[in-house]
Amino acid sequence: MTAFVVRRLAFACVTLVAVLSLVFVLVRIVPGDPAQLILGDQASREAIDALRHRLGLDLPIGEQYAVFLAGALRGDWGVSMVTGQPVIGEVLRVLPWTIELTVLSLILGIVIGVPGGVYAAIHRNRVTDYAVRIASLLGLSFPPFVAAIILLLVFAIALPWFPVISARSGSLAAWYQSITLPAVSLGLISAAYVTRVTRSAMLEVLSEDYVRTARAKGVPWNAVIWRHALRNALIPIITVVGLYLGILIGNSVLTEIVFSRPGLGKLLIGALNQRDYPMLQGMMVIYTLIVVLVNLLTDLAYGFVDPRVKLK
Amino acid sequence: MNASSADPRATPTPLAYFAAATLKAFNTNKTSWIGLAIFLIVIALAVFAPLLSPFDPTDQNILDKLRPPSAEHWLGTDSFGRDTLSRVLYGARISLVIGTVSTLAAMLIGSGIGMLAGWHGGRLDVVTMQAMDVLLAFPSLILGLILVAMLGPSMLNIIIAIALTSIPPFARIARAPTIAIKEREFVMAGRALGYSDARIVAGHILPNILPEILVMASLWLANAIRTEASLAFVGLGVKPPIATWGGMIREGFENILDSYTLALVPSIVILVVIFALNLLGDGLRDAIDPKLKGEG
Repeated sequence: MTAFVVRRLAFACVTLVAVLSLVFVLVRIVPGDPAQLILGDQASREAIDALRHRLGLDLPIGEQYAVFLAGALRGDWGVSMVTGQPVIGEVLRVLPWTIELTVLSLILGIVIGVPGGVYAAIHRNRVTDYAVRIASLLGLSFPPFVAAIILLLVFAIALPWFPVISARSGSLAAWYQSITLPAVSLGLISAAYVTRVTRSAMLEVLSEDYVRTARAKGVPWNAVIWRHALRNALIPIITVVGLYLGILIGNSVLTEIVFSRPGLGKLLIGALNQRDYPMLQGMMVIYTLIVVLVNLLTDLAYGFVDPRVKLK
Repeated sequence: MNASSADPRATPTPLAYFAAATLKAFNTNKTSWIGLAIFLIVIALAVFAPLLSPFDPTDQNILDKLRPPSAEHWLGTDSFGRDTLSRVLYGARISLVIGTVSTLAAMLIGSGIGMLAGWHGGRLDVVTMQAMDVLLAFPSLILGLILVAMLGPSMLNIIIAIALTSIPPFARIARAPTIAIKEREFVMAGRALGYSDARIVAGHILPNILPEILVMASLWLANAIRTEASLAFVGLGVKPPIATWGGMIREGFENILDSYTLALVPSIVILVVIFALNLLGDGLRDAIDPKLKGEG
């Protein structure tokens, strides 16, 4: 087990450095001089040079890369051009909101999607199977902001069950009011993905010999499904859920905008509109960290679910 | 014509073979036909938008703003008094052009990279596919947002951003079959006959992986249209006053308490288009996937 974890950790580190390099390149392919862009056309040569120096843009490109990489890994992500606060502080302040939203929607997606997919697989080619398949295809067709707007129209405007703009005070009721619509709008889309992958993974497993053997020796049908088949179908399900988290984090940007909920999404759009380069760079670093961490957890989950993976 | 199809010894031309296989794939899953029909209707509406639109999509009429659907304005008007129906029709053009061009670009570049990596093998393969995985790991919507914000929201830049984020899946799907086919006898025969690498890849490997790539493309077209709308929704779409679905949803959302149709109409339109493409691509994928054969 230790060797397996160490190997996955090493791989995660390589990916981390690779994606950070991509971020470094991305920020520097911007046409024009960032210092000029930040200060505008009226700025004097001296002011631009001073800012270039402050941002480290006057260093040779190799040195800039080393400084960036060391800073990114140490948590020194520079200072926001707009607020003057350290980027990492601003990011960490809103991070819990985004984590809360994405984790809850993912849980919702799994709670609905796994039983839905298993049900459809068992009833293959019956009316209920078609209904589940069409519903899940429709679900994953939803642009996330469209799902959010429709929920908002129905449950906050037509039916006044939830506030249009949800502010959070400390109480549990207020928390429920603020999280429900955003989490449901993302959760239903997640459920659509999970349902589809669960169905196809289950179909593959159900045709295996060991399932037939289990049935032949008289194992109750429920135990065959949930203990024998689903357990073996978990690997592809975990893969897709892990990959989907990346999409989910992207989708949450739009959901946070619609529900005007604080989080990485709102911070990102603000930074984009104000061309806050250090903030953008810092946000890309945090997204990278999240994605690499999720990939690592996915890999470790394989080892946990399927002992054969560790031997590879 | 009839004689040749009745004679089992006659070899059909590649085009006829491809057409027959396509027809068969469509018939395996009838839902593909529904998806295709809806999509073709949308293309027709976009092409004939100037003929079908009752009003100019950018004509403002402040006296007629935020009207509910009526006999004159079937889908109502927006906060500038512009006709929603006309804007939806014209918006289809932007969505389809950006979606199609970016998907085609991603398909050509991505499958090119995938086939090259798979054919060449060795270190080139390892390095390119690692790069693709890195690109794939980053949330594509966020990558697209940042690219467009930095390059500036013009039509070309939006296409570049969406194409770039859609390259990795095409590279992956083209690479695996290339590696498998590379070892087959007919490729070795081609080599023995002295065919160039380019000729073998283009003439013998490409036709084998084309169906899978085309099916992928229909699914990624849905994704590209969704990404374009998402960009426009956060204000990174083609510049106003040009009508885009995402931009219309954004404007409708800003006026959501005054008029619910304004956000709802383009939302439903875009949902229908993406759903149609997913029906089309999903049905075809089931039909050509050998693993799922006969499972429907």
